[in-house]
Amino acid sequence: MEVSCGVSAEKGETEMGNAAAIFDKQRKEVVKNKEILIQFVMFPVLAFIMEHAVKVPGLPEHYFVRLFASMYIGMAPLTVMAAVISEEKEKNTLRVLMFSGVRPAEYLLGTGGCVWMICMAGAFALCLTGQYRGMAMAGFMAAMGMGILTAMMIGAVIGMISRNQMMATSIGVPVMLLFAFLPMLAQFNEKVKLVAAFTYSGQVGNLLAQTGSGMEVWKSMAVISANMAAAVFLFGMAYRKGWPG
Amino acid sequence: MPEGCMEVREKDWDIVLQNVSMQFGEKKVLKEVSLHIERGEIFGLLGPSGAGKTTLIKILTGQAARTGGSACLWGRDCGQLGREAYRKIGMMLDNTGLYERLSCYDNLKLFAQIYGIPMEKAEDGLQAVGLWQDRKQTVGKLSKGMRGRLALVRAVMHEPQLLFLDEPTSGLDPATSVWIHKLIKKQQGQGTTVFLTTHNMEEAAKLCSHVALLSDGTIVEYGKPEEICRRHDRERQIRILLKDGERVLMRNESTQAEMLKDYMAHGMIETIHSLEPDLETVFLQLTGKEWK
Repeated sequence: MEVSCGVSAEKGETEMGNAAAIFDKQRKEVVKNKEILIQFVMFPVLAFIMEHAVKVPGLPEHYFVRLFASMYIGMAPLTVMAAVISEEKEKNTLRVLMFSGVRPAEYLLGTGGCVWMICMAGAFALCLTGQYRGMAMAGFMAAMGMGILTAMMIGAVIGMISRNQMMATSIGVPVMLLFAFLPMLAQFNEKVKLVAAFTYSGQVGNLLAQTGSGMEVWKSMAVISANMAAAVFLFGMAYRKGWPG
Repeated sequence: MPEGCMEVREKDWDIVLQNVSMQFGEKKVLKEVSLHIERGEIFGLLGPSGAGKTTLIKILTGQAARTGGSACLWGRDCGQLGREAYRKIGMMLDNTGLYERLSCYDNLKLFAQIYGIPMEKAEDGLQAVGLWQDRKQTVGKLSKGMRGRLALVRAVMHEPQLLFLDEPTSGLDPATSVWIHKLIKKQQGQGTTVFLTTHNMEEAAKLCSHVALLSDGTIVEYGKPEEICRRHDRERQIRILLKDGERVLMRNESTQAEMLKDYMAHGMIETIHSLEPDLETVFLQLTGKEWK
């Protein structure tokens, strides 16, 4: 016989105050964590430099912005969420939070909310570099927002199944490379393009390419939603196995 | 011993364990452990490394699932504790679980917000353990002793009814241990029940009202520290230091009364002590094992 245990057994209201406190904590941590901070800054800066420094005749409009935006949503939210959760598990801080009465939903809302907002700030910087305006800007930010959310869920799954940061890196890097580079490689190979069509990053890349045109938007949205649903399902399974308590 | 969780509600017991067992594969870590801990006492669970102390804390706080028996906190199964129960608990685990990139102040601010208490409580705690001057210091730059003190402030600032301390002074310098002992005593004075695990017998004898000696997952002795020592005092000896520097050992029996009376009548005694075994010796007597 094994007797069940843990905070997770309790259901109840989510306290926004707890989520806000964790959001504030996460904001302070990110600012002081150079390894994470660079993830948010690197791609917008690269996009800005390449967009202004490289002028190749025949290159599609905003080529570098779209390229780095696709990489950005494949890498930054995924690696940051995986790093944050795995570090909290490794250093025992997540356990302390849970045993202070913080519910998993509050933790994810606070941490995820902070990561999402910082990622969106990076997306906005990319948007400015691409000089999108009006509906084009709204479409760009919406596509990025969905992609970032999906990537964060995948990162959360990796963080959840990892015992420590090293393990999170080992699992996260191949997954990140897959999602970040598929959209770029798809431009050169039809088979890769076929695979990329089933990934959120590939479809976000498509959405960005069509920003403002409205073509095949629903198909892309469906694939991104399916990716998100799969990530949520996997997160549910990982949560049962890997959450403290 | 109580029959189950329901009975505890009627008594002044915060914790009741009945035949609690824990097994990892073939290895039995806890073997039918039974205990009750009264409200407001400092209870010490003593045992060498690997005896099962941390496992028992994990079971009590719902971090680990026992494989047998019943474990209750305030009459509620330890496996079913909810948010309200956890808010009445303070914990200082072996790994302090502090955010290393944040300052001492910000670490406490997070938990003050979660507990819904004013920051003054955290500030009072920082002053009480001598960390006020270092409140803006990043935790990653603190010494182990300072982290220990900070973790203890975090564990007690919401005035918990029950405080779990897992080896709170392990590896700390004597000065920090004194800070921590003072704070534990202060908490008890405010009515907090303290559940302490330690392998430091001296610390347990000094702080605890009751202790249990744990060896290989079994409780081999339970009671007040001084009572345990008296119970296992086989030699029943007293040591007298005379004013001329001579040391005299005699058995604490009526046959020795005349000699003692004589020393006292002539004002020859400088000091007199009974020689009960300490907890470490009792453990050795009971288990045949050296305290490690």
